[in-house]
Amino acid sequence: MNEANQSNDLKVIVFQLKDEEYGVEVEQVRSIERMQHITRVPRTTEFVKGVINLRGVVTPIIDLRNRFGIEEIVSSESTRIIIVAVGSMEVGLIVDAANDVVDIPTELVEPPPQVVGGLEAEYLRGVAKMDKRLLILLNLDKVLNPKDLKELEANA
Amino acid sequence: MDKNQYLDMFIDESKEHLQAMNDNLLKLENDPQNVAIVNEIFRSAHTLKGMAATMGYEDLASLTHIMENVLDGIRNHKISVTSEILDVVFESVDDLEAMVLSIASGGDGKRNVTKVVTMLEKIEKGEQLKGNPISDEVAATVEVVKSSSGTTEIYDDFEVTVLTQAQEQGFHAFQVTISLREDCILKAARVFMVFEVLEQIGEVIKSTPTVDSLEEENFDSDFTVTLITKVSNDEVRNRILKVSEVDNVQVASFDTEAYKTNLSLTTVEEVTIEETEVSEVTEAVQTKSDEKSNPSGNKTIRVNIERLDILMNLFEELVIDRGRLEQIARDLKSSELTETVEHMSRISGDLQSIILNMRMVPVDQVFNRFPRMVRGLAKDLKKKVNLEIVGAETELDRTVIDEIGDPLVHLLRNSIDHGIETPEKRLSNGKPEEGSITLKAYHSGNHVFIEVSDNGAGINREKVLKKAIASGVVSTENSKNLTDKQVYELLFASGLSTADQITDVSGRGVGLDVVKSKIESLGGNVTVDSVLGEGTTFSIQLPLTLSIISVMLVEVQSEKYAIPLSSIIETAIVKNEDILAAHNQKVIDFRGSVVPLINLTDFFEVPKTREEDVYHSIVIVRKGAKMAGLVVDSFIGQQEIVLKSLGNYLTNVFAISGATILGDGQVALIVDCNALIK
Repeated sequence: MNEANQSNDLKVIVFQLKDEEYGVEVEQVRSIERMQHITRVPRTTEFVKGVINLRGVVTPIIDLRNRFGIEEIVSSESTRIIIVAVGSMEVGLIVDAANDVVDIPTELVEPPPQVVGGLEAEYLRGVAKMDKRLLILLNLDKVLNPKDLKELEANA
Repeated sequence: MDKNQYLDMFIDESKEHLQAMNDNLLKLENDPQNVAIVNEIFRSAHTLKGMAATMGYEDLASLTHIMENVLDGIRNHKISVTSEILDVVFESVDDLEAMVLSIASGGDGKRNVTKVVTMLEKIEKGEQLKGNPISDEVAATVEVVKSSSGTTEIYDDFEVTVLTQAQEQGFHAFQVTISLREDCILKAARVFMVFEVLEQIGEVIKSTPTVDSLEEENFDSDFTVTLITKVSNDEVRNRILKVSEVDNVQVASFDTEAYKTNLSLTTVEEVTIEETEVSEVTEAVQTKSDEKSNPSGNKTIRVNIERLDILMNLFEELVIDRGRLEQIARDLKSSELTETVEHMSRISGDLQSIILNMRMVPVDQVFNRFPRMVRGLAKDLKKKVNLEIVGAETELDRTVIDEIGDPLVHLLRNSIDHGIETPEKRLSNGKPEEGSITLKAYHSGNHVFIEVSDNGAGINREKVLKKAIASGVVSTENSKNLTDKQVYELLFASGLSTADQITDVSGRGVGLDVVKSKIESLGGNVTVDSVLGEGTTFSIQLPLTLSIISVMLVEVQSEKYAIPLSSIIETAIVKNEDILAAHNQKVIDFRGSVVPLINLTDFFEVPKTREEDVYHSIVIVRKGAKMAGLVVDSFIGQQEIVLKSLGNYLTNVFAISGATILGDGQVALIVDCNALIK
């Protein structure tokens, strides 16, 4: 019974953005890094903070706060860069803090709340209510969609 | 069996064998009597067949098998090598290649090869070689060999005498038939081992096929020797069976009575002569097997280029840490630490050159397919062309090697199609009937040069100009002032190449713009030189590696950028008053020409951290004939850097062609000068 349940569980890395908790699937996470020097890449969209040297690989970094339209803050001791991989892309996401791994039974995942005209809703896979916590599950494919990057570039 | 696991290996090795077959077939064409070459081809074909069968590619295996039959006929002198036969064999190798390529691209390797198969079968049956007495005769001998696997053997008088004499002295005479396993690889070596065993227990009087043939592996899988010995029938068999890869041993007593006729001349000396001969022969066999084992002395392994990239990345990390350690050692002023760090620096320096060298492969990997291509093309165009390859051992980075094949194919085609004249025309021009093309590679400094030169007709200046004017590439007035070199450069203009009729007019220019842009994308350049009536030389200059480039590091406010040295003309420092304004565009007067300035601080929107200075550091860069001056804050210096891509997420960042990691571990961006100059 338990085993059967486990196979249905989603293992996610939990991180914080402002005062909310988000989750990305552990399979998509390569590593979690401390904040480090980021080389700015000129003439890119605002949420692309630049690139870092990740053990010899030049890796682009996205500020998730900026990506989701939350006001930016100066990085602190707890700021982390979560390196995620989607397809052939490896990208780092700047988050306020990352410190938890949880198993979410899939039946607890609900579709994202309908927001009229909300752009963000499509970045979400769903929400999971666990005890008193509310976890927002990210749809990384959408968050990292390069097409989106181009469209925003055009708008900017 | 999980075939996929072996698929890459199979494809790589198949390609290697096909290449070897191609090379050796070309050699055979020049030296049709050389059985050793046929054997080489046969071995490649045989291995390919085995691999294909194991992997379940039946079509591939069966075509190889039919081809093998023909090769077998050639090496047994049943079929004599002619140009027509080689054409068919070449064609079947082409088919095999197509099959392997189809497998490589995920196909099933099936292909309609009926035409080639029919021709091969015809050749095998000797239909084109009827009435050739030599081949008939040889075929007859082969028949005898076949039947000799029983007990019948033909001896000359002398041998019969030796046998009789031996038997009188209490020796046994045996006819021993040894069958080697079908998959035996080094047959000559096994033969040698069998002879060694036989020498220990007695004397070999005769062997069928002859020892010479055995040595050259000119036998199927079995051979027969006549042995005089004191040991028993069973012991002979058991001893020989100890040799590995021996499948079966038949020992039959030999009845000398049947051969005893009117012989009386038998002396022990003669037996000794025979002995020395045999031992000489076995020595020869030994040398042969030594030669065979030579190639395996040069041991190599295949490494995926991705793994080398990973190794390179790890190594760069190490270099960055080394830099930090050096800094710490300087700060701490501990001699012990300094010494250790210095030692580490030296070792990592050596390591770096080894890692870079691992990525280098001889240009032969690309060149080796050209002899075949030139042969085919020359035949199609009814021209006689001799291709000479010089410097095939010149090494280039793997990434460059992968890219230069196509441009070279283009240039070679060009030379054969338009450079080399027809044999009749050459003769009438007082040239040798056979044209020659030289493909030459050599190192010079940090570059590799590859030249394609022919002794053909050369480029007709007037015709090129006429065409160029007609297609609007140059104006009539301009055309008069052009040097020859500049006229030849017109061949690379894209307007000229698209038109097919240029071939008829100038004889040059088909798709040469493609060649030029490809070479330039590799950071190299291509030039052409020609003497009318004497020939043309295309010269390609390429960087040794694409992953390491020389750059000028500059500082823009507090950010660092790298500008490729290949784009830089020179650097300059200019005063405020030297900067002029021309229609809202800042320009400078650089050696008489007006060069527009691009302020990188503004262009890259770099946060301002510095005070304006009256002096400005300027890097003058070029794209073709156009120039621009990049205004930076200071020059850091020239450096060799490892090129990195920005990854799959940030594609097409404007004016940035890549990134590199500096000694302090930070990333610096590489400026794409081509994008900056419009």
